This record gives sequence, C-alpha cells and structure tokens, in this order.
Amino acid sequence: MAKLTVSLSPHFQSQTTTDVLMKDVLIALAPAALVSILFYGWRALMLLVVSVATCVLCEWLICKFLMHKQNPCLYATILTGVLLALNLPPAAPWWIAFMGGIAAIAIAKMCFGGLGQNIFNPAIFGRVFLLVSFPAIMTTWAAPHSWIGVDAFSGATPLAQINEGLRQGLPVNQIIADNNLSGWHMLFARAGGSVGEISALALIAGFVYLLVRKVIKPHIPVAIIGTVIVVSGIFSLIDPARFTGPLFNVFTGGLLLGSIFMATDYVTSPMTTLGMIIYGVLIGLLTVLIRYFGSYPEGVSFAILIANMAVPLINKYCKPKRFAA
Amino acid sequence: MKYKTFKMGGVHPDDHKISRDVAIERFPIPGKVAISMAQHLGAPATPCVEKGDKVVVGQVIGTPTGFVSGFVHSSVSGTVTAVEPRADIVGNMVMHVCIDVEGDDYQEGIFTSDRIEREIKGSPEELLEKIKNAGVVGMGGATFPTHIKLAPPKDKKAEYLIINGAECEPYVTADDRLMREHPHEIVLGARIMARVLRVESIIIAIEENKPEAYDAITDACLRYVGIEVLQMKKKYPQGGEKQLIDACTGRRVPSGGLPIDTGCVVQNVATAYAVYQAVQKNRPLTERVMTVTGECLPAPKNFLVRIGTPLSEILAAVGGLPAEAVKVISGGPMMGKAVSNLDATTQKGSSCLLMLTAEQTSRKPETACIRCARCTQACPMGLEPWRLNRLGRAGDMAALEENKIYDCIECGCCQSTCPAHIPLLDVVRTSKADVMKIIRARAKK
Repeated sequence: MAKLTVSLSPHFQSQTTTDVLMKDVLIALAPAALVSILFYGWRALMLLVVSVATCVLCEWLICKFLMHKQNPCLYATILTGVLLALNLPPAAPWWIAFMGGIAAIAIAKMCFGGLGQNIFNPAIFGRVFLLVSFPAIMTTWAAPHSWIGVDAFSGATPLAQINEGLRQGLPVNQIIADNNLSGWHMLFARAGGSVGEISALALIAGFVYLLVRKVIKPHIPVAIIGTVIVVSGIFSLIDPARFTGPLFNVFTGGLLLGSIFMATDYVTSPMTTLGMIIYGVLIGLLTVLIRYFGSYPEGVSFAILIANMAVPLINKYCKPKRFAA
Repeated sequence: MKYKTFKMGGVHPDDHKISRDVAIERFPIPGKVAISMAQHLGAPATPCVEKGDKVVVGQVIGTPTGFVSGFVHSSVSGTVTAVEPRADIVGNMVMHVCIDVEGDDYQEGIFTSDRIEREIKGSPEELLEKIKNAGVVGMGGATFPTHIKLAPPKDKKAEYLIINGAECEPYVTADDRLMREHPHEIVLGARIMARVLRVESIIIAIEENKPEAYDAITDACLRYVGIEVLQMKKKYPQGGEKQLIDACTGRRVPSGGLPIDTGCVVQNVATAYAVYQAVQKNRPLTERVMTVTGECLPAPKNFLVRIGTPLSEILAAVGGLPAEAVKVISGGPMMGKAVSNLDATTQKGSSCLLMLTAEQTSRKPETACIRCARCTQACPMGLEPWRLNRLGRAGDMAALEENKIYDCIECGCCQSTCPAHIPLLDVVRTSKADVMKIIRARAKK
C-alpha cells in the first residue's frame, strides 16, 4: 500500500510567499523608478544598477562565507538596493551607491542576523550613513527637466531652499514664491530631491497597488501623513512666516517615499494596529520637528530610524485586543 | 444585505465545495465493521458485548464510563468477532467491537420509515434521557456528548440555541446536503433541543455559499415561531463555537469559559438531525453523512455511512485511492486529521474523507519570519502566533501562559496564512499541551 503523509492540521499553506510579497513591493516601486530614469536619465539608472548589484553581491558573500547558506530571499535584497538608490541624490557618483549598499546590507541587515532580524530599515540606514559621512555630496541636488543628464543644473532641494531662505530672514511665502515651490507643482515631477522623490503621483500609484494587493495596511502611511498635516498645520497657523504649511510638507522631501515604502517595511515596523498608529504618529511628529528645528533640512530618514528603535518596545506593549477577557 | 460574521481575525480559503451538488447516497452495508468505543470526547465507553454475541442495529454495545462519556450502539446486525484494541482513524489504540455483518435487522422499537414525525412528545427530562441513550454527540467534529451540553449547570440559563450550519471548512458538504435534503428533520431536532433547554429562541446559522440549504431550512421553519435563520458571510472559522456565538449574538465567551456563560448552546445541524432520529424515531446514532472528496477523485460523493465502516471500503467505492493522493484527511483541510491507516473505521465525528495531492498539501520549507503580522491579523482569538511560536521554541512556559496560549482554538488560520510557511500551529499546539499540563498540575495542588 502507498505510504500516506501524516502531519498536523492545517493541511493548506499560503500561496503567498515572502518572495511574492517582496516582488509586489518592487512592482509598486516600478512607476517611481521609471519616472526617475525618464527625468534623470542614465545617472538614475546607474545608481539603481550599482546599488542593487552591491546589495546582492554583499549579501551573497556574507551568506556564503560567513553563514554557509543561500540568500533566503533575493527579492528582499533587491528591494533594499532599489530603495537605497531612490534615496540618493541624482548627481551622486557611483561609489556613493556602492558604499551605501555595503552599509545597508553588511551593517544594518547581516550584522543582526539577516532577513527578519534587523532592527533598522537597511535602506534608510544606508542613506543616513551616507548623509552623515558625505554631507556635501548627499546634499547637492540636481533639478529635473534635463533629459540628457543632470549636469545641466544643480541646486538645493525645496526643503533646503526654505532652510536657506529662513536663515537669510525671509518669510516662508516669499521663499516659496521666489523658488516656484507651491505644493501642487510638486505633485507631478517637479520636486528636486532624491531620485525616487521626483513624482508624488508615481509613489501614490505604488501605494494604491500595495493596498489593493493587501501587501501593506494603510495605517502607517496614513498616520505619518496625517500627523505631518496636523502638526505642520498648527505650526504654520501660529507663525506662517516661519513655518511651512501642510501641503508643502507632504509633497516635499522623502515623506511619501518614506512613509509608503520605508516605514511600512514589515521587519522594522510594529505588528498590531495600535502599534502601527503609534509608530506612524511618532515618525510624523519627528519629521516635522526635525524639519522645523533641526540642522538638517530633511527629517524623514532620521525619524524612521529613531522610530525603528522604538518598535520592540511598541510590540511589547501594544498587544492585539483579545477575543474576550 | 450585509451578512453577519465574527469580528476578529479569520481567513478566506477557497471553499472547494466540489461535492455540493452530489445528493446523499446510502453507502452499502460493509461485510465487517469495527466500532470504536472512543467516539466521543471524554472517557471511552466500556464494551458490554463479548465475542460470539449476536447483535442487531441500534443495540447498545458500549456503556458510558463516568460523566463525560456516551453510549455506543451497533450500526449493523451480525456476530461480534472480537472486542480488541485497534488503531482508530487518527491512530490511537482504542477498544473496538468488531462485527461480521449478517442481514440488516433493527432493534425493536426503531422506526426506519422516512415519514416526518412532527409531534414532539415527552417532558424535557424524558427527551434528554432519549438523546443520552441514543449516544448522540456533537457531529461537527468535536464529538462532545450532546446530553451534557443540553443540561447546563443549574446556575446558568440558556437563552439561545444556535444551530451551526456554517460548515466553514473547505471541501466538506455533508451538512450542506443534510440541510437541503432533510431540513424538516433538522428543524424538528432543533425544536426538541430547545424544549430540553427550555429556550425560546433558536438561531440557525448558514454561510452564504449554501443558498439552497438556506432556502430549504427557511422553508421548513415557516410553520414555527422563535426560529431565526441567519445567512452568514463566508469566513473561516465561522463554525467555531466561540466565533459563531460572537457572529450571531455579539456575545463573547470569556477566556477559559464555556458557551453557556453567554447564555448560548451551539449544536451542529447533523447533531440536530441525530437528535430528531433519536427522539422521534427511537433510532440511536449509528450512521452519518460523510463527504468523500478531493480534486484527484473522479467523482466526489456524499455518503450516508454506517459507523464503523472501514475507510478502505469507502475508498474502493470511489475508485480506490488515487495514485496522486499523498494525504487522506478525516475532516476538512483546516482542522482535519491526517489518516495513516486505511483499515481504520468511520466514527460519529467523521464528516469528511478528503484526499489531497502533493501539490495541494506538501509543506514548503520554512523561511525566516519577516514579522508581516499576517498571523496576528488572522487569529480569531486575538493572539500573537508569531510570539507564541518564538516563546514555544524557547520553551518559556511562563511567558506562554502570560500570552494566553490556552485561548488558542487550533483553527489553523495563522499557519495557513504565513508567507514564510512557519509551522506556527504545530509549535503552538504542542506548547499549549505543555502549558495546560502545568496549569492542571497547579490547580490540583
């Protein structure tokens, strides 16, 4: 008689695998990546290729020679590479992507034990590592509109322009008018900034895809963006000459990229609904405070890294609601 | 219309109800049966026949041992050939009464006609006694003796009798067919139980993927007051007792409590049918509807089988075990038990025999947990399976208890939804057993 398999229930497993989820996030990032290549040309493509190749190679080496196993999820590594590249300034040289990739994979991910074990989002860690190590390169930005490359024009990001203007004692609305920075201009491919920040529409399209495919829940991005709107709204009501308004804050910097794709990273975000909301509010609050009062013009990366540290604590205290007492 | 459902967790597996349009077919009486003495939750029955005895259908062959136990009856007429321990359908060695079949004679007093007896005679106590003597158990799978559930402690008052026709397990269609083909018997069985419990309100809950059963039951209820037929959203584990009470009444069974603490008693539709047979026909529980299904079978069936029929005979009737089948499951794919021994025989709780292919059921290799929290979202009890898995593997019993591992209903939602294919329920189930041992030992002190 044929031997029957015996195992405990359930006898079905999920058709969704970690690979499928990571592929879905990559698909969701595709519009933003394509728009950035369209606007920044070969430089954006180069950064993407170098960053992804570095991450994949770095993880392969560590897995093979230090952990003696295969990379358990190649797509997660590729995702880190893509996210890192989209967080770099388009004018950055290739070795910036290379160093960032090594920091992200070797330090932030593999030192903690690899897939699923890291405390910090690897791509954000890589970006912050570069930001504090090479501040000059990381804050030299190229303006889009140059179809053949980015060398045609380079300048400051909208947030940096605001910081600079405030330092000169100009009121916010004048800086915005001088630099043509209204929020609606930034909705589609107007914001000078990191590679992936170019088009808010492309990022939002990715967000919708992730929600439809049920890869992420909306809580974290909505909490972040909602908090940014509320807090910056209050500040700009108090002193409109000193503080930028909600619309400007939502569409500038890495807020959309960070809240949709980086803060929702499974490994480094809380696991219950309440935890996700606390985490999102924390990131939103820190982002606005850093933008208003910090010495860096951009606050999302730091805010996410700091909130990442709070996640184990949030997971400890935010238990799901039990069925019954 | 918005269908009712439970509020917390749950999953939506494909329902695979491929046998839903196959009418119930009476399975031929086998040549030999082996009837287990442990077909109910609680202490196994004590055999009261010996080798060489002549028995008839409906004759008592096992008497209850202690309070939580039940009667077992012969499902065939013939000669007892052995009273011996054998491996049952899940592989436990328990006493079986083996009978060689001769003819098909029923015990005196049993009505075998299909005529529907509408008039319910007798006091609640008499009815309860009849149900007890007929060996009726919960036929949804848990096999808890029905007469105990129908006699709640004096200080607890039942308000609702909920008849569970959710049948939320994929593949299984036994209850669906029973509701379509015998709605009057089920409704009468429910009314008998309501009289025993002295409750006014009966709720019959049927999932939305069984519209014909809903229509049939609604039709059968037209002549009675106090019965509400609810169409439920399709969601697993809707048929779980705690989830069904939540879905129907919004009440929640407290942790460590019983359904009666919410004033509800839940009984399966097949149990209601068995109660009808026991009370109106004097017919003990000796046969049940069993779905025999799986995509690898040429023709899935719904059989009315005598309890004690060897699985091998049932398989032979559907064309033998398909070559590509690697797993035979007694019950549904979410909570059913894998069968290792096809010489085992059917029991009162055997609702389904499911054959799955390697592609459908093989376990994929486990990968790292990426903390996606799908298990937490799927858990209908509000537990954190990922945490229980981690604590369970570390053997941290105190932390497991603190995280209420004992609330787990073992529905399998967590494991079936995990993208890393971590055997969450395997770990939780074994850890839960250890924690329960510790809790019980502490209670004894």
